[in-house]
Amino acid sequence: MVIKFTINGDEMEVDVKPNETLLDVLRNKLFVTGPKEGCGNGECGACTVIYNGKPMNSCLILAPEADGAEIFTVEGLTKDGKLHPIQEAFIEENAFQCGFCTPGFLMSAKALLERNPNPSKEEIVEALSGNLCRCTGYDTIIKAVKKAAEKMGARS
Amino acid sequence: MRFKYVGQSIPRVDAFEKVTGTAKYVTDMFFPGMLYAAVLRSPYPHAKIKKLDVSKAKELKGVRAVVTAKECPYKQGIYLVDRPIFATDRVRYVGEPVAAVAADSLDIAMKALDLIEVEYEPLPAVFDPLESMKGEILIHPDLASYDRLPIYNIEPEKNVFHHHKTRKGDVDKVFEEAKERDDVVIVEGEYTLPQIYHAPLEPHGAIAFYDFEGKLTVWSSAQSPHTLRHLISYAFKIPHHKVRVIAPYVGGGFGGKAGINMEGIVIALAMQVPGKHIKLIYSREEDIMATVVRQGMYAKVRAAVTKDGKFLAWEQMMAFDGGAYAEYGTNVVRAAGYTTPGPYYVPNIKVDSYGVYTNHLVGGAFRGFGHGELHWAVERHIDKIAQELGMDPLELRMKNLLKPGLTNAMGQKMHDHSGNVEACLKKAAELIEYEKPSEQPKDPKKKRGKGIAALVKAPAMPTNAASSVIIKFHEDATVTLQVSIQEIGQGFNTAIAQMAADALHIPVEKIKVVTPIDTDTNPYEWQTVASRALWTVGNALYRAAEDALNQIKNIASQVLGVAPYNLEVEDDRVYIKYDPETYIPLKDIVMGYTYPDGHAIGGPVIGRGSFVPERLTNLDPETGQGNAAAEWTFGAEAAEVEVDTETGEIKVLKLVGVFDAGRVVNPMLARGQIIGGMVQGMGPAVFEQITYDKDGRPLTISFTDYKIPTIADIPEEMEADFVETHEATSAFGVRGIAEHPMISVPPAIAAAIYNAIGVNINDLPITPDKILKALKEKGE
Ligand code: FES
Ligand code: FES
Repeated sequence: MVIKFTINGDEMEVDVKPNETLLDVLRNKLFVTGPKEGCGNGECGACTVIYNGKPMNSCLILAPEADGAEIFTVEGLTKDGKLHPIQEAFIEENAFQCGFCTPGFLMSAKALLERNPNPSKEEIVEALSGNLCRCTGYDTIIKAVKKAAEKMGARS
Repeated sequence: MRFKYVGQSIPRVDAFEKVTGTAKYVTDMFFPGMLYAAVLRSPYPHAKIKKLDVSKAKELKGVRAVVTAKECPYKQGIYLVDRPIFATDRVRYVGEPVAAVAADSLDIAMKALDLIEVEYEPLPAVFDPLESMKGEILIHPDLASYDRLPIYNIEPEKNVFHHHKTRKGDVDKVFEEAKERDDVVIVEGEYTLPQIYHAPLEPHGAIAFYDFEGKLTVWSSAQSPHTLRHLISYAFKIPHHKVRVIAPYVGGGFGGKAGINMEGIVIALAMQVPGKHIKLIYSREEDIMATVVRQGMYAKVRAAVTKDGKFLAWEQMMAFDGGAYAEYGTNVVRAAGYTTPGPYYVPNIKVDSYGVYTNHLVGGAFRGFGHGELHWAVERHIDKIAQELGMDPLELRMKNLLKPGLTNAMGQKMHDHSGNVEACLKKAAELIEYEKPSEQPKDPKKKRGKGIAALVKAPAMPTNAASSVIIKFHEDATVTLQVSIQEIGQGFNTAIAQMAADALHIPVEKIKVVTPIDTDTNPYEWQTVASRALWTVGNALYRAAEDALNQIKNIASQVLGVAPYNLEVEDDRVYIKYDPETYIPLKDIVMGYTYPDGHAIGGPVIGRGSFVPERLTNLDPETGQGNAAAEWTFGAEAAEVEVDTETGEIKVLKLVGVFDAGRVVNPMLARGQIIGGMVQGMGPAVFEQITYDKDGRPLTISFTDYKIPTIADIPEEMEADFVETHEATSAFGVRGIAEHPMISVPPAIAAAIYNAIGVNINDLPITPDKILKALKEKGE
């Protein structure tokens, strides 16, 4: 079936199979490869996208369900070649190493900061607890999200 | 050398790519007409293949190739060639590849797998290394005939793929005499740990393309592009120049992506359908079952110690659960063997380290390479000795450190520049406030305690593990640096750019490290393993920079009419040292110099440098004496924990790691290695393990069942610090620290638990049930 959705504001139309996941469609059909597949099973968060305003594991969404959805991925974070404050903060705090988990963390963090511009440490941990990272030990990720909140607060 | 960039916390050079989603991993690569592969795997841990029929699968629409051992009868193995790419007459672990399909879509490939008919005859299996060493069930009956490096010592009738021996001094004599001495105690203990999984967030993946003239290209999430090329060339009998490995960013390796892994499967398929790209990305389940894991270990230790705390003799037997194939295990077992007993001086040492085949998942290289294992036994045992002597465990360690002038187990003498374990321990003790007992929580069921452990690790590598570097200057005097260490997250590309900037005296912004690594164009590098990259590549880089600077100075010397040694390169120019006002812009030199009348001299500047470790030797097979280690990184780690005596739950409150890194190149990135490594060490300390059902089928084959630390599990506090004893064998004074932070976290946590509740847990992971059982035995 043909479904329509927007990805980072761009309207798309794509022919999908009933059993395909949104992650498969994004990666293998539209070549939007920012979202990564770390498990395909909702256990790692590498595939996190912002789906109608909420962070979701795109590997758990069946493509046909995404008809009409507004989808936001890491590719949409940079505006006019300028990094988003969350991206800046991740760089400044050294919040990634191999980078494979990073697109997912950035999406979870963005969704968090949109609904809660000034999260506590506990709230950050809670919001990111579905995202696995094997490299960093997470402490710099927490710092980066805090810093991003400050940057975004200062700019708004 | 001047150090302007080395020592600075500059941001990662791969940062922009990685936060924008533009960094490409193998899984992100697509080619027109690409086929997708799927693999049929053994459901048995040990069985004979009675029948294998792929004819129906071949007939399925959309299937382009099916391979089994018949089409691909090749074997692979880095030091011992024992692992068939596809099982031949028998399977030796659950998950072993039996056949593979390439089809127009992954769906079709998976459907085709269902059409393959296999008949197995289950064979008795063995899962415990000590059991396996009895040799009642032989897993590799033909082991003696396998190709191997002669330094590995097989014992085929015992399922042993390597037996490493250390014999220093005379251990037997000390133990004999100790019986008569009342100032000496003998302490014995047993320690174990299970297999664990690397869990890189990016599963293994590869794409292969074979053309009609027999040239092969492989894109792989590989830590070691050149070694991968070499092993492909060996297994498939294709000359090196016809094998091209391209390795884009790797999404975490931790040792699991070293050497050759699953690439052979796609290569075999690609050779069936020349002109087509074949892609195989492992599922998480396959990544756990069918790549490599860390070996399990059983260790038995006996030490003779004077009552005032001097180690006299140390005897350690380790039996590693190597799984079905040896892989890097051969060298893991050897490295663990020659490093025991770690950062301590003992005059008499006897070590027997065995790599043993079992029908478990295949063991391989894992961050720490045998050192997490050996230190678990050594550090736990030192705590036990301290308890028997009634001595503080830190004080006991301090009395026995491997200091300059003393020799290690191989008989190598430590020098002043070799690193300072004492300073590491002192700093770690300060950071954990070791002298101050833990403040106890109000809830009387909860107990807190602190523990400390030390460690040492040298790069475990062949004596001739080489590196090379090419520096190319461009028209505007910017530079590309070609090196073949893989950026797997450790920050190599950033650190080497900083080092190159200092070696060449140019700004770091003018340097680009070439990615991805392509073995057709990049110079040779042994492997991205062993925490050796900055050390070994740094030395090659130093020579390449000298080479480039000499070329620049030689050209400038002709133009300016002064001797080359009177010239200096800095920033964007080459100038006369005694008259800095007189200079030539670098951009006018680096392509050769052209005089106003048009005639030109020199030519493009290309710096070239190689390095091979100096003065390493093989070890004597009977005594293990010799020079296997080129340099050492010492460290110390400490933990504070809280134990719930009612539930047995352990909360790690604080972790501290201090390492003698030599000169720290990028403090921010180095700290990242330490924090990340300590958290990766905490997982196996308190919950990570691969478990099996009674028939040998792995149970922990998803992130739900194989739990790794999440953001909610990390300690409240984590601290990283350095001691900087500059390494004399490095042009930059550097040493590796990437593996080390993982090594002694488990024994530090175990020591903290003892400090909290007075029980010793000697079998990892330290789960609540073990705590409760131990408390019960203690009568609480
Ligand atoms: S790939 Fe979706 S949660 Fe892991
Ligand atoms: S940076 Fe490698 S998994 Fe997070």
